[in-house]
Amino acid sequence: MKIPAMPRLFAKKTPTLAGKKSFWQTLMKQKVLLFMSLPFVIHVIIFKYIPIWGWVLAFQNYWPGKSIFDQIWVGFDNFKWLFRDPVFYQVLRNTLAMSIIQLAFGMVSSIILALIINEVRLVFFKKTAQTISYLPHFISWVVAANLIRDALSTDGGIVNEILLKLHIIKEPIMFLGIPQLFWWIIGASHVWKEVGWGAIIYLAAIASVDPNLYEAATIDGAGRLRRIWHVTLPSIQPIIVILLVMNMGYLLSSGFEQQYLLQNGRVIDYARVFTIYELDYGIKMMRYSFATAVGIFRSVVSLVLVFGANYVAKLLGQERLL
Amino acid sequence: MKTRRIHRTKEDIILDFVVYTSLIFLVIITLYPFLNTLAVSFNDALDSSKGGIYLWPRKFTLYNYRSLLSRQQIFHASLISVLRTVLSTLFCTFSTAMVAYTLSRKEFVFRKLFSFIYVLTMYIDGGLIPNYFLIRNLGLTNNFWVYVLPGLVTAFNLIVIRTYINGLPESLIESARVDGAGEFTIFTRIVLPLCKPVLATIALFVAVANWNAWFDTFLYNSSNPQLSTLQYELMKVLQSANTMTGSLEQALAQAATGSMQTITPRAIRATMTVIVTVPIAVVYPFLQRYFVHGLTLGGLKE
Repeated sequence: MKIPAMPRLFAKKTPTLAGKKSFWQTLMKQKVLLFMSLPFVIHVIIFKYIPIWGWVLAFQNYWPGKSIFDQIWVGFDNFKWLFRDPVFYQVLRNTLAMSIIQLAFGMVSSIILALIINEVRLVFFKKTAQTISYLPHFISWVVAANLIRDALSTDGGIVNEILLKLHIIKEPIMFLGIPQLFWWIIGASHVWKEVGWGAIIYLAAIASVDPNLYEAATIDGAGRLRRIWHVTLPSIQPIIVILLVMNMGYLLSSGFEQQYLLQNGRVIDYARVFTIYELDYGIKMMRYSFATAVGIFRSVVSLVLVFGANYVAKLLGQERLL
Repeated sequence: MKTRRIHRTKEDIILDFVVYTSLIFLVIITLYPFLNTLAVSFNDALDSSKGGIYLWPRKFTLYNYRSLLSRQQIFHASLISVLRTVLSTLFCTFSTAMVAYTLSRKEFVFRKLFSFIYVLTMYIDGGLIPNYFLIRNLGLTNNFWVYVLPGLVTAFNLIVIRTYINGLPESLIESARVDGAGEFTIFTRIVLPLCKPVLATIALFVAVANWNAWFDTFLYNSSNPQLSTLQYELMKVLQSANTMTGSLEQALAQAATGSMQTITPRAIRATMTVIVTVPIAVVYPFLQRYFVHGLTLGGLKE
């Protein structure tokens, strides 16, 4: 009975050695798991982490043809140019304005749609309306931009035709040529494409509301509207707050395709967002270092926003986000 | 409840009216642009430019489709689009599931490290230029594989599948192990079949994203027409807007000279839009429950 105690004593004396040995032993046992995952981890490091190393370009005056080590180092010059460029402030304004418009109108319309769908009693009608409302989410922005252009065209576009028939306007308006309207067209087309899809998450939240609450409210004499206002909305408030906070984190990273495909020369001062700026002032003019600096600015600010949003979300008592 | 339905209050009637009319309004504004484009694509191009085409073609023709689909350029672009969608979907779904399985094994020593490496990619982004240089240095510009390789395993898909695997009964995996099955066998024989619902969801997301993508063609493969995709061709038509400046428009206009019928930029756009949208519109109604399932999986249960 005394003999088994010995190894335990040894193990206590050399914990590091035993620990190391067992690490390699378990690793050898798990070599299949390692073979199954390591190639893909290397893949993600190549495609997602190596570009970060490319950030050094922003601190050089990159000249194509020379290797990254032979470039001239210029310190923060590219950032100085960036912060002095009036176009940069225009881009920042456009990005923020369109993101906020999309966020506000997108959320409000989706919440209202979820509440409306929840009031429908006819199952067939409910299902059909839902199915149709998700559809635009799955088409590409290229297709959506085509449809939006046609609907807004001066040459038989449905929006102009209706306004003309109702005698609200006397001649067709060239909606996509008016700079001040561009942000709102982006907002409206975002709502058109995403309202149904956005409503899904609120519908799921509404479905999990305790039915006893509705019953209690009914007994207290609340009608349907008051049940929506006093039961449904307060019950889904946490998810509304959390989605609002989370989306704030993506204020600078959202949107590019939509703006790029709907813009034209007349409205470009209101349509230019970060990626368009990087394309037009970076790649097209061969100012690669400058464009990298723009990208770094956007990534770093986005990162701060995302973590800030997560921090706020945690303060609000939601732990699941990061 | 039944008595309530008989005695509908004034509030009920007004609310129902508002609910049904607003939903009908939503259905109309969602569907109208699609139906209008469909009508224009089947209508004679010159006749369409007189205006007044709404939901039904006035002068029915198949000429638009015939002249577009007979273009080598469009036919080839459709092939590339289909090929990239199929390959990406297969590779992406399988490899994401495989990595997800290893990261769901609690005993795996690199579980935490590898998970962290993936999750961090959701929050950092190298930016346009560094990504472009990376792709170029890897020799992936003017290369078909740029459509498949870069997005092979993404953090979001990984988390969704891993969450699902974590919910499977551990005893199934344990008993297979007791029976002497290796990790790879357990993955392919037991975990993959059990994961069918979540794999269908991810496969659909990947397929739609690949079918809809145009920016990678624009950025990396635009100088090689052999690698063009349908969405990119449509994008080029859209960018040359209402002029006959694009190469496709010119080619089609030339082909039309001498024949009885002609084609306009609007007709080209409408027809292309229909060609690009039909595959999604056809599969969509059957698969939408998977889409919805996936969203609630990723969003709520995480």
